[in-house]
Amino acid sequence: MKIIVCVKVVPKVEEVSFDPETKTLDRSKATNELNEADKNALEAALRLKEKVGGTVVAVSMGPPFFEPFLKLCVAMGADDAVLLSDKAFAAADTYSTSYVLAQAAKKIGYDLILCGESTADSGTAQVPPQMAEWLGIPHVSYASTIEATDGKLLVRRTVKGGYELVETPLPALISVELGSNTPRFPDFKRKRWADREFKLTIWGSKDLTLDMQNVGRQGSKTDVIDLRMLAPTERKRIKIEGTEEEIAEKLASIIKET
Amino acid sequence: MRGIWTFVEVQDGAIEDVSLEVLGKASELAREKGVESSAVIAGWQLSNIVEETAKYPVDKIYYVEHELLRQYSPSAYAKALHQLVERHKPEIMLFGATYNGADIAARLAVKTGAGLIAHVVGLEIERETGMLIGHVPGFGGSIVAVCRCRPNVLQMATVRPGVLEKPQPAGGNAEIIKFSPELNEQDVGLRLVERSVSPTIDITRAERVVVAGMGTGGDLTPLKQLAEKIGAELAVTRPLADMGAAPRDVQIGSTGYSLRSKLAIIAGASGAAHFVSGIRDVKTVIAINTDPNAPIFEFADYYVVGDLFKIIPRLTQALAR
Repeated sequence: MKIIVCVKVVPKVEEVSFDPETKTLDRSKATNELNEADKNALEAALRLKEKVGGTVVAVSMGPPFFEPFLKLCVAMGADDAVLLSDKAFAAADTYSTSYVLAQAAKKIGYDLILCGESTADSGTAQVPPQMAEWLGIPHVSYASTIEATDGKLLVRRTVKGGYELVETPLPALISVELGSNTPRFPDFKRKRWADREFKLTIWGSKDLTLDMQNVGRQGSKTDVIDLRMLAPTERKRIKIEGTEEEIAEKLASIIKET
Repeated sequence: MRGIWTFVEVQDGAIEDVSLEVLGKASELAREKGVESSAVIAGWQLSNIVEETAKYPVDKIYYVEHELLRQYSPSAYAKALHQLVERHKPEIMLFGATYNGADIAARLAVKTGAGLIAHVVGLEIERETGMLIGHVPGFGGSIVAVCRCRPNVLQMATVRPGVLEKPQPAGGNAEIIKFSPELNEQDVGLRLVERSVSPTIDITRAERVVVAGMGTGGDLTPLKQLAEKIGAELAVTRPLADMGAAPRDVQIGSTGYSLRSKLAIIAGASGAAHFVSGIRDVKTVIAINTDPNAPIFEFADYYVVGDLFKIIPRLTQALAR
């Protein structure tokens, strides 16, 4: 099975600072990491490959600094990785992002595309279903387990109050639920190889068949017109002290008053 | 007449609460803009849902009926809705940001070349342009991006459940327009093999909530007993939901739900950024944690540095007296 895993590099959200004067986000001091749910998607892909054979290719659209993170995917077990990097791709919303990823998937070739359910930075969860629509293939979202059975997939997806078992033909796209598995650590030897010898493929807009009307800022259908910081809620921050019994009594009376 | 449409999501024979919440807001915005507010219902044999929807403030109901819409298939639903959109060309179309609503909206947005603003917590009409504005929380919920679609495209948004008020039934004069989409078997793609759900509580409406964090180690017994004693619902942080200690339906934070309760007792949660955005609107917060430097104390009205397994059972006893 040819599996593509789409990944994104995101800043640790608690380390991004916001300047209310200039209304800009400062990501420069934030640690970057592979989006957590995307690691779950990669792990799901590697487990499928171990069962049914095939290849796993990690793909990401982003600036050149994503490179070490794609190498990390290879160290974890991906066979190959492709970075889609071009100034023309910048400032894309989910519409144009999903378009470029879909065009790259066509070029790579696939039976199955896996994505994380959403990203920690913007968290729209829209790119996976939008990509599936560009490709004209079925998609299943919030998958917790994926099982391959003679040319089809049996997917357990989380829904409100429980789960659904859904069968999908291939090719298909599946978004993997955050926390649905424990991503493996990179193998030490493979990591060294990935860092030193593995050659990452980098594609720009010229390497893909693209209608530039759908790409980057120009291709986007939405704009962020303002950023606002939410003022933290005022809290009393009263420390309750004493013996365990006294604390329990004090809390009980606070609860009775609310 | 172009107007504002709301997709009314039906699950197990009932309307999703968030759809009514959105419908209420859509009708308000439509009045402000001087256009019609319409509901869109899609499925098979849903005349009771059409009747139910007509009780709420709405001018028109588009009823998209097809046998192939009996079960969940975002691609078939998106195709059917695309045909309806092509016919009537609404200006704005809103969905609840549910598992299925968000899926269908995303596919429809690509089909129609629409702008799609995701998981909004607020909606307004921009005075100068009459365009839709959506407020999107980002970066763990502390920052809100104000988003607008490009001119001359269908403007779409998905709305987070529990952030808008459900309207009161009123009216009943909605015009009902039936629509039969052209669909075939291939459009469905997926086959639903099994569905297993139990009734859920709407944690966004709970008056009192006890929230368990990783400090519980997954042992929720003392917190359950406390919750029962004070008539509270039990909720969890994301790591506990990941562990499977409780369903996602009661997961609090930017990747789950936001509380609007009068009281929240938070035990064993450190106070990560993505969690605390979910307790912004709680009136009184009580936090218990063994770590004197836990960030959660910054977000609490009352806090205790201590072991929840010692404090909580004594608290439950004290409340019984």
